[in-house]
Amino acid sequence: MRAEQISVFLENKAGRLAEVTGILSDAKVNIRALALADTSDFGVLRLIVDSNEKAVEALKNRGFTVGRTDVLAVEVEDRPGGLHRILDMLNEADINVEYMYAFVQHSGKNAVMIFRFDNIDEAVKVLEKNNVKVINGSEVYTL
Amino acid sequence: MILDIGFETMPREDLEAIILRRLKATIDRVYANVPFYRKKFEENNITPNDIKSLEDLKRIPFTTKDDLRDNYPFGMFAVPMDNVVRIHASSGTTGKPTVVGYTARDVNTWAELMARSLAAGGANRGDIIHNAYGYGLFTGGLGVHYGAEKLGASVIPVSGGNTKRQIVIMKDFGPTILTATPSYALHLSEVAEEVGVSFKDLKFKYGIFGAEPWSEKMRDEIERKLHIVAVDIYGLSEVIGPGVAIECHEAKKGLHVFEDHFIPEVINPSTGEVLPYGETGELVFTTITKEAFPVIRYRTRDITSLNPEPCICGRTHIRMNKVSGRTDDMLIIRGVNVFPSQIESVLMEMEEVEPHYQLVVDRDGNLDTLTVLVEVGERLFSDEVKRLQDREKKIAKNIKDYLGVSARVKLVEPKVIARSEGKAVRVIDNRKI
Repeated sequence: MRAEQISVFLENKAGRLAEVTGILSDAKVNIRALALADTSDFGVLRLIVDSNEKAVEALKNRGFTVGRTDVLAVEVEDRPGGLHRILDMLNEADINVEYMYAFVQHSGKNAVMIFRFDNIDEAVKVLEKNNVKVINGSEVYTL
Repeated sequence: MILDIGFETMPREDLEAIILRRLKATIDRVYANVPFYRKKFEENNITPNDIKSLEDLKRIPFTTKDDLRDNYPFGMFAVPMDNVVRIHASSGTTGKPTVVGYTARDVNTWAELMARSLAAGGANRGDIIHNAYGYGLFTGGLGVHYGAEKLGASVIPVSGGNTKRQIVIMKDFGPTILTATPSYALHLSEVAEEVGVSFKDLKFKYGIFGAEPWSEKMRDEIERKLHIVAVDIYGLSEVIGPGVAIECHEAKKGLHVFEDHFIPEVINPSTGEVLPYGETGELVFTTITKEAFPVIRYRTRDITSLNPEPCICGRTHIRMNKVSGRTDDMLIIRGVNVFPSQIESVLMEMEEVEPHYQLVVDRDGNLDTLTVLVEVGERLFSDEVKRLQDREKKIAKNIKDYLGVSARVKLVEPKVIARSEGKAVRVIDNRKI
C-alpha cells in the first residue's frame, strides 16, 4: 500500500534546489512528484522518484541529509469536491494529515495526491472502507 | 574623588611594605588551611618562610581555573563554612561553575573597594546610582550595590532587562550615575530614543561600565550618546568581583589596581615568565586580604599590560591597561561568560544532535547576539518542518537553561561548518570591539 518518499534538508539560500535537481539528473533519477516546505532559514524538500536507491545514494554522496518516510498515494476524483470528500472522511476518523501534495500524472481519470499521516495504518483502513483507491508503491514510481 | 586618601595615595615604599606583610600572612593562612596550596608548595619545596620579599612571589606556582574546578565546590575555601556568609559563582569551562565564598569581613572589604571604585568614577554621597548590572550569582549587581551603600549614595537595584521600565525609572527618579555593561548602556540609549526620551534631559553625569571588554571607540560613543563621562571597571569573581581595578574619571587612562588588596603580575602565557612593565601578556592576581577564598597567582586569562607611571589623579596604585583579549576561547555575551565547550556539552546531552556546531557572535545594534549553527544529521532530520523547528527551540531552551544566555539556533546542512585541517572552526566573532 505504502509508497516511500525521500526528503532532503536544504538551507534556505540561492541555488540549493538546483543543486539537488542537478544531482538527481546526473544520477538519471526521474522526479515524479515534489513539494517544498520552508521557513526563513531552511526548507524540507519531499520527493517521489522512480528510484529511491539511486536518489538517496547520489544525494548522500554529495553530503545531503536524506530521510525516508512512508506516505500514501491516493486517487482523488478529478471533480469539484473530490478532495473534500477524502479530507472529510479522514477528519471524521480523527486522522491528521501532516502534509500533502499533488502528483503530476493522473491515474486513469483520477488525480493522485501524496498524503503524509500521523497514523498511516488507520488512514489506510478508513480510505479502503470508503472505497478510495490507494496506489501501491511500486506502481507509483512508474505511474 | 579619592575615598581612601591614606591607602590610595600612599607612597610606594610604605605601600610595598604593607603588601609584603599582607602577602606573608596570606601565604601562612593558605598553607595552613587549604590542602591544595599546601600540596603545591610541598611539591615545589617551598615553605611560607621562603617568601621573604615581593620578588619571592615568582617562586610560587600558578593557580588556574582547572584547579578551582578540581576542588569544586568549596575545596579552595580557607575558612570553615560557618564563617562564610556569601557565595557567588560564575561559568566554568565545563558544566560546573566556579564557586567563590566570602566571610563577613570579605563582604565588607569588597564593599569598601567598590565604594572606592564608584568614587573614582565620579560618584559621591548624594548621588543616585542606577545599577543595571544583573543581581544574582553574578557578582556585578550585588558588588555595585554594597559599594553604593558603603559610599552613602542611593542605589536603585534595577538589575538587567525590562529596558522600557528602566527608562521610566531613569526619567522619574533622576539617577546621576549609571552602572551597567557597556553594551547595555548603549542599548538603553537606543531604547530611550525609541520611546522619545533624550539622555540630554536626564540627570546622568558619570557611567561606570565593565564585565565585558570594550574599546576607546565604544567609550566615545557612550559618552556622546549618553552625555556622561564613562570609565572602565575591572574584576572577576575569583579575585573578589568588580572593584579589583578602576579607571579614575580624571585621566581615563588605565585602571588603578587596588594594590593594598591585590598583587597584579603580567606573564608570558606560554612560558609563565613574569614580564616587565609595559609588556603585554596574561594578567595574574594574588589576593592579600581575602579570608574565605584567597587565590595565589591566579591566571585570569585576560590579556593586558601594567603601567607604573604616576597618574594625574594622585593615586599611587599601578594601572592596568584596558583588557584587550583572552588567552582562552571564552566569549562574553551580554556580560555572561560562555565557553564553546559548555555549548558542546549541552548539545551532546541531546542524543539526536551531532557534535557539529559553530558559534557566531555579532553585535546587533549594541547588543551581542549569539547564533548557534547546528548541522542536521540523519538523527536530527525530519520530513516535517514543525518537528525541526521544535528541535531548534529545544536546543535554544537547553542552552538558556544551562548557561543563562539566549541563543538563536540555526539548523544548517552537513559540512557547512568549515573544518580546517580536520578541526572545526568553532567560533566566529564578528564583533568589532
